Amino acid sequence: MLRLVVIAYLVLLVAWPVSLVFTGALSDGLGPVIDTFTDPLVLRALRLTAVAVLWAVVLNTVFGVGVALLLVRRSFPGRRLLAALVDLPLAVSPVVVGLALVLVYGSRNGWLGAPLAQAGVQIVFSTPGIVLATTFIAMPLVLREVVPVLEEVGTDQEQAARSLGAGPWATFRRITLPAIRWGVVYGMVLCLARAIGEFGAVKVVSGNLIGQTQTATLSVEELYMNFDRQGAFAVAAALSSVSIVVIIIVGLLRTRMEKRRGS
Amino acid sequence: MSIEIRNITKTFGDFVALDDVSVGIRPGSLTALLGPSGGGKSTLLRIVAGLETADSGAVAIDGVDATRLPPQRRGVGFVFQHYAAFPHMTVARNVAFGLDIRHRPKDEVRARVEELLRLVHLEQFADRMPGQLSGGQRQRMALARALAVEPAVLLLDEPFGALDAKVRKELRDWLRRLHDQVHVTTVFVTHDQEEALEVADEIVVVSNGRVEQVGSPDDLYDSPASEFVMSFLGPVTMLGGRLVRPHDVELLGIAVVGSVAGVVEGVQRVGNEARIQVGVPGAPSVAAVLTRAALRDLDVRVGDTVWLRLAKGATSMAATPASSPDDAARGAGSVLTGAVSAPR
Repeated sequence: MLRLVVIAYLVLLVAWPVSLVFTGALSDGLGPVIDTFTDPLVLRALRLTAVAVLWAVVLNTVFGVGVALLLVRRSFPGRRLLAALVDLPLAVSPVVVGLALVLVYGSRNGWLGAPLAQAGVQIVFSTPGIVLATTFIAMPLVLREVVPVLEEVGTDQEQAARSLGAGPWATFRRITLPAIRWGVVYGMVLCLARAIGEFGAVKVVSGNLIGQTQTATLSVEELYMNFDRQGAFAVAAALSSVSIVVIIIVGLLRTRMEKRRGS
Repeated sequence: MSIEIRNITKTFGDFVALDDVSVGIRPGSLTALLGPSGGGKSTLLRIVAGLETADSGAVAIDGVDATRLPPQRRGVGFVFQHYAAFPHMTVARNVAFGLDIRHRPKDEVRARVEELLRLVHLEQFADRMPGQLSGGQRQRMALARALAVEPAVLLLDEPFGALDAKVRKELRDWLRRLHDQVHVTTVFVTHDQEEALEVADEIVVVSNGRVEQVGSPDDLYDSPASEFVMSFLGPVTMLGGRLVRPHDVELLGIAVVGSVAGVVEGVQRVGNEARIQVGVPGAPSVAAVLTRAALRDLDVRVGDTVWLRLAKGATSMAATPASSPDDAARGAGSVLTGAVSAPR
């Protein structure tokens, strides 16, 4: 009974609507889909999203692993405060994040943005702003996956490696990283999915200059608003496929690794 | 290689884990740090390994001051209670880890790993993952891994604590034999006095952050420096105001000079051992241990009157005057249960 309820819930809320995106994309055959994906503006939007997502995943992975190590392996004054602070990006609405970034990095009035603009660096309404916004909203995802794994693994293995002659970096690379790698990979997947789908914060900081600062999600909105429903569905389907494919790959890899390890 | 521990003090907040501890460990010895849980022995071992830093004091390994050295530069091999196996590497790679870190030639590493796996009887498990080994096998792997880098000293933190009784006993004997083969200065932490007496050349009794006594197992057993050491190393009972071991209490069927009369309160047979509890007027009950044969000769039953005296050459010490009769009674009571299994 409980199983039925869960399945119905997931179908109504997730599977059905998402599958409709895919069928919607193909409702008039492949022709319009091909048209959409050969449109240079759509391609530029996809590329911009790819760039922003790549940066967001890389930055958040490095930051996430680093801060997780700091939070779990060290004790220092303000540790709790830091732990609370890193969750902030998940709690704040993306629109607010966008506005906050404009306040700081806006090229006209932003208190960091104005001097940067004078030096010739534009952040808001440009790619760096989009990268910043995307990174910001997905910040704690890797961290939150890694912290519990680090806590569970404990320090014995690391200390054993140290006593066997490994320095801090070798210990991290050979012992800590392999131990937390699935946490890191999951965090990266979540981060990737979240970053691909980001809309609100990016909308505020991008200025939505078509062909320049329009990301894939922004172009979905634009296509939809311009009554190109099929185009909108096509791009949306492409975005969700990426996330779904990545999650499936990770699932498969994980099962295989666990079999090999025999535990 | 010797270890010199000088005036080590370590506190965790308000708790004093080690209070001005100084110990010297002889080169090539097999030393047990023995004491009750929470007494500071593990902390001391971890300070020697560099896994913990002392608040004050110094550690010298092989005559070199190691107080400020990071663990990877101390030349210690450390074995953890819970093995600390690297689960993502095969047994062979686990053992090879320290050599890989030092970028030793591949052939040399392979030969050394084979040799060590033979030493710990795991040669047929080289390509298994640690998750596929039993606890005892994992601990032997951890030992081989620690020995691979030819450490100046080998440190083992409750190495058999997580194993079941039978494997524990086997590994104990095996560690003793291994040490006779390898001769590396070895220090192991244990709270099990039987383990310490059986395996070690030298025992350092640590309690409440202090060293109570240092000596060979026989020294400690025969001439304990304090009531604590005496009662920690084995069961004790009180006879005529003195602390003695139950097997040093002689039971006689007739009165002799210097004997104390008492009434048998209980007789318990455990295998070849007979534990007799004797009530003595004006003093707590006395526990005595006889062999089965001695019990048969004596033929005593509950309610019989017997005479007690201290056996010749028995170890005894005056119980501290500070201990009130209540304490003594409680002490004697715990002895009777303590005689059933050695105190932990």
